[in-house]
Amino acid sequence: MNKLKRILGIVWLLLAVACAYFGIADFGWPKVAHAKGNDDLVFGIIILFVLMPIIVGGLLKFGWYALQGEYDE
Amino acid sequence: MATETKGLWKIIGASSVGTLIEWYDFYIFGSLATIISTKFFPAENPTAAFLATLATFAAGFVVRPFGALFFGRLGDLIGRKYTFMVTLLLMGGATFLIGCIPSYESIGFMAPVLVLLLRLLQGLALGGEYGGAATYVAEHAPAHRRGYWTSWIQTTATVGLFISLLVIMGTRLAISKEAFNAWGWRVPFWVSIIMVAVSYVIRKNMDESPLFAKVKAEGNISKNPLKESFGNKQNFKYVLLALFGATMGQGVVWYTGQFYAMSFIEKICLVDKMQSDKLMAIALLLGTPCFLVFGALSDKIGRKKIMLAGMLLAMFAYRPIYEKMYQTVSIKNKTEVVAKHTETLSLLLNAKSGLQDSVFTNSFYYTDKTIKTEIKTIQTIKQQGKLHVLKEETKTAITINTSDTWTLIWMVFLQVIFVTMVYGPIAAFLVEMFPTNIRYTSMSLPYHIGNGVFGGLLPAVATYLASKANDANVLAEKAGANMPFDNPYLEGLWYPIIVSGVCFVIGMVYINGKKKRDGASRASATVRDE
Repeated sequence: MNKLKRILGIVWLLLAVACAYFGIADFGWPKVAHAKGNDDLVFGIIILFVLMPIIVGGLLKFGWYALQGEYDE
Repeated sequence: MATETKGLWKIIGASSVGTLIEWYDFYIFGSLATIISTKFFPAENPTAAFLATLATFAAGFVVRPFGALFFGRLGDLIGRKYTFMVTLLLMGGATFLIGCIPSYESIGFMAPVLVLLLRLLQGLALGGEYGGAATYVAEHAPAHRRGYWTSWIQTTATVGLFISLLVIMGTRLAISKEAFNAWGWRVPFWVSIIMVAVSYVIRKNMDESPLFAKVKAEGNISKNPLKESFGNKQNFKYVLLALFGATMGQGVVWYTGQFYAMSFIEKICLVDKMQSDKLMAIALLLGTPCFLVFGALSDKIGRKKIMLAGMLLAMFAYRPIYEKMYQTVSIKNKTEVVAKHTETLSLLLNAKSGLQDSVFTNSFYYTDKTIKTEIKTIQTIKQQGKLHVLKEETKTAITINTSDTWTLIWMVFLQVIFVTMVYGPIAAFLVEMFPTNIRYTSMSLPYHIGNGVFGGLLPAVATYLASKANDANVLAEKAGANMPFDNPYLEGLWYPIIVSGVCFVIGMVYINGKKKRDGASRASATVRDE
């Protein structure tokens, strides 16, 4: 189980990178750059400056801890 | 350290009523958002409209985690009791004052600014309340019944939503539509102050949590709860685990079952607002006892199994459930009684402004007693002898028959069951994850990020995904190509499905589900206190 926890750590690190790419390129930035109204603009800003840092930063840290064996039994 | 059961009922009652009121206060703003925007945030003023969006988004997403940090720290430094009394008063005061603010027409720009400020205070108070109430109850409860006793606190969010719907529906029924639009919408805000006053008196007479009192007596109170919670790797790694392995999935399941379901029924299925409120209220009422069932069950078989089973069931059931709801209401599946079709036209003339509203009402009747009403409003103005069209708006509402209403109730009820599975045991789960001296701070942040950010963003993200799929279909149709999405209205569900899927895997692999009572959920199962 400990081995699986550590291997999955790499998956979480990769997932963080994927989230960063899609979150910024596909979600947040188009909403800010081509906002059709206030809702779009605020939504884009929240995605870029609230949701993305939490998901990406959190998953990177979590993945790194898992890889280091911090969650081993 | 267990308190007598009789005393526990008093503690549960006092804590739950206060938390319930806070949820009630938070929801009435959302439920009355449409009317609030007409009173305080006129659409023709772009800055006011921007403030409206901020008031809707910011309180839920940005401010709640800050409230968790601010009041969590306070709760770990001065005690649970005083902290959650402050949050109660803050929430009650802010809610009451929202109901007192004069409209934009009376005081101009100050009105939306004041509403935004009070809404932010509401979010801040809510961020501090839940962690305090859950910790307070859990620290009084015997370890082997902690899931059951804390599940009472878990019912408050759903019951708060239910009561907010009831109070709003009751006020609407008690007075005329015109009176409700003029002043009646303020009543649900004013009602809050009576409930808060009662709850304050009850809470005032309660004692401090025994575990916190013990830690304080021993001089083991944390000097810097924020630093110890998030600056210390040994604790921070469990904050991350709580977020990604539990609250993130719980948050999206909660918001899908209670808010996205409501929005889907009203905006996609186009069911009449009053009917949709009623069916949501029945489904919530039927499902609420299950919080206690799953809370109690988690004391016997462990928290992890129940929460993860709830996420797994939700992941696989969402698409069939929403497809069933859509097809149940869809007019395409019904036969119209053409002979019963009615069309009326009414003209509303405002002599002062010269504006004229032409309202065309079309009613379509179907063999199964479904009625579809289309109201088309054309606003015109007469200038230099000519009529100019200023605005055109069409609203559609479908009134469904009893059988279809019950089908929708059961579909929402199923989702509420998933909610009770993930949410019922989570307070006990979070409390057991962190030591007493930094518990309030450590558990509040992942809870409010999971619910406020991951859950709170759900309606916006899901709507975005669904409209993107719809746009792609429209483009493909214009180009004569095959449509890429069979059911674009279901595309929004990928957000809760993917988030709860990732959360399920993390929870399954990293959370220790062994039935130890304190610090049990930690991967290394280190008993830190008690």
